[in-house]
Amino acid sequence: MPNTNKSEENILEINNLQTTFFTEESEVKAVDGVSFTIPKGKTVGVVGESGSGKSITSLSILRLVDKPGKIVGGEIKFKGENLLDKSETEMRKIRGKEISMIFQEPMTSLNPTYTVGQQINEAFKIHEGLGKTSARKRSLEMLKLVGIPSPEKRIDQYPHELSGGMRQRVMIAIALACNPELLIADEPTTALDVTIQAQILELIKDLQQKLHMSVLLITHDLGVVAETCDYVAVMYCGKIVEFADVKSIFNNPQHPYTVGLLSSLPPHDRDIEGDLPVIPGAVPSPDELPVGCRFAPRCAHASDICNTLPNLVTNENGNQVRCWIYSDKWDGNPEVEVNAERTT
Amino acid sequence: MFTYVLRRILQTIPVLIGVTLLVFSLMHLIPGDPAQIMAGESAPKEQVENIRERLGLNDPYPVQYWNYISGVLQGDLGNSVRTGRDVTNEIGVRFWVTVELAFYSMILSIFLGLIAGIVSATRQYSFSDVTLMIVALFGLSMPNFWLGLMLIQWFAIGMDVPSWIPFIENTAWFKPSGWGSFEQIVLPVITLGTGGAAIIARMTRSSMLEVIDQDYIRTARAKGAKERVVVYRHALKNALIPVVTVVGLQFGALLGGTVLTETVFAINGMGKLVIDAIQARDFPIVQGTVLVAALLFVLVNLLVDITYRYLNKRIDLN
Ligand SMILES: Nc1ncnc2c1ncn2[C@@H]1O[C@H](COP(=O)(O)OP(=O)(O)OP(=O)(O)O)[C@@H](O)[C@H]1O
Ligand SMILES: [Mg+2]
Repeated sequence: MPNTNKSEENILEINNLQTTFFTEESEVKAVDGVSFTIPKGKTVGVVGESGSGKSITSLSILRLVDKPGKIVGGEIKFKGENLLDKSETEMRKIRGKEISMIFQEPMTSLNPTYTVGQQINEAFKIHEGLGKTSARKRSLEMLKLVGIPSPEKRIDQYPHELSGGMRQRVMIAIALACNPELLIADEPTTALDVTIQAQILELIKDLQQKLHMSVLLITHDLGVVAETCDYVAVMYCGKIVEFADVKSIFNNPQHPYTVGLLSSLPPHDRDIEGDLPVIPGAVPSPDELPVGCRFAPRCAHASDICNTLPNLVTNENGNQVRCWIYSDKWDGNPEVEVNAERTT
Repeated sequence: MFTYVLRRILQTIPVLIGVTLLVFSLMHLIPGDPAQIMAGESAPKEQVENIRERLGLNDPYPVQYWNYISGVLQGDLGNSVRTGRDVTNEIGVRFWVTVELAFYSMILSIFLGLIAGIVSATRQYSFSDVTLMIVALFGLSMPNFWLGLMLIQWFAIGMDVPSWIPFIENTAWFKPSGWGSFEQIVLPVITLGTGGAAIIARMTRSSMLEVIDQDYIRTARAKGAKERVVVYRHALKNALIPVVTVVGLQFGALLGGTVLTETVFAINGMGKLVIDAIQARDFPIVQGTVLVAALLFVLVNLLVDITYRYLNKRIDLN
């Protein structure tokens, strides 16, 4: 039973979200029963391998999934109201105003035929009904806020005249123009150089504090998560396999997949000797998913019971994990130590 | 932008020189003696000699070309061999008729083509999409003289309407020939504009479909823009870039099409003039008309290129 007190603390609550792609040959359940929450003012990271459904989850929140994809079930509660019950007109008032989004590809995410200024102005025109002059003034302020040098010159330039990092700053300026309460950033730094990556992340973190936003940060870089996130959702094949605060994820990971992800991360406290361990096997293709635990075929601890799908269970720390090892029904090695690889 | 326009205008100069060279050679590329051809096979010797003298065909080629060019620059295109009338005047009378015909047809092509293309693209695979694209395919494959004849049959000669349809008795709404009044303009413009409309519709559709999947369209939606704004402000402006090129090329086909259309509808334009001149072997008129048509084509393509440059900001100024 979700009590009202709790939804006041959470800006976003996703319950059992299901988004499916209906193609001629098959139905791909890209998001298959995802549930997690974003506490107000916090940053939640979503990590997982390519194709695990991170982008589709985030697009589902804004109801921007393109055909043939469709949200087929669940609930997305933003400030207590289910976004899936809203009309398209009501959603438009939320997009860009209360929930904003920035994307992975800064090179292609800006319209090549309009100037930077025109594209930021548009947000002010749509949501605040500002005229040209006042919109331009505000756009200049935004460009300054996101740290673009000589904004008076940049505002009249076209996207192709800007570098990738600069364009991502412009994207952030557009997203934050109307002071949204929630920012969704879908791999905002993946396409950028390492040094630029750090700057953009720093900028997002900075602005989050300044503007008191909540952030949903999608990434497959655990290093980014460690630096920016308060909570982490680990996704695998359209499902959340673990949700915990960032400390627990790094110090005490529960799910074997999370452990695998962490151990394939280069340690920062010692030099690497030999190859980093990798998770054996590959992500199963969406049309031949295992019936039970999606990760079982690649899991070193898999046992008979793993042929049935485990539930996402909340443990005594308030963290959630979807794994049979932590249940009474566990039929494998009773002494199993999931963290073993990490600690030795 | 200004320097671009200037540079682009300068670039047309060599093209124009090429055109005059080609038009000039027209007379000499035809096998046989041009003076003899113009005079007719059975013409007496003195008459052939007379023509040769009048056209200066005895001079060496460079001198002839020089005379021709200096004439052209002064607006003198020579005289008709048959009637002796001034070619510039002959063309001048008919020039605006053809320009009007081409212009209205072009407007119709662009207007219908864009609307059909946008409707099709925004409703991909829907009933209206499939219907429009089948109609476009017909428009594309229909010879325009045939369409012209059919239109005359249906809407100028007219068909009797069954009596249960009120108000209308006959479909003879328009005139089958001539130029000037609304009743005269409608059928030729439809005849000439249909092919272009079909091409532009198909081009717009595919271009829109490509653009609508771009990341910046998703950005526009994520900003909270209305679907109408997304389609017209964000998608269409980008989708038009390749369409504009097609419009420029289409204009060439359109100019060619005026010849047939003017013949079918007995319109006294440049197309009909050139056909009559070819039949009468009246070279100065043929040369003059071809030159003017080429100038028109170069001019329209200049405008197209400037539009293209305006739409596509990624083209470097240099
Ligand atoms: N247009 C589509 N048609 C069919 N299936 C799709 C489509 N788009 C996405 N999917 C499916 O949705 C799944 C999840 O895609 P998503 O883009 O959310 O992955 P991701 O976790 O963001 O990966 P990445 O790290 O590569 O961005 C994919 O595995 C794919 O099978
Ligand atoms: Mg993605």
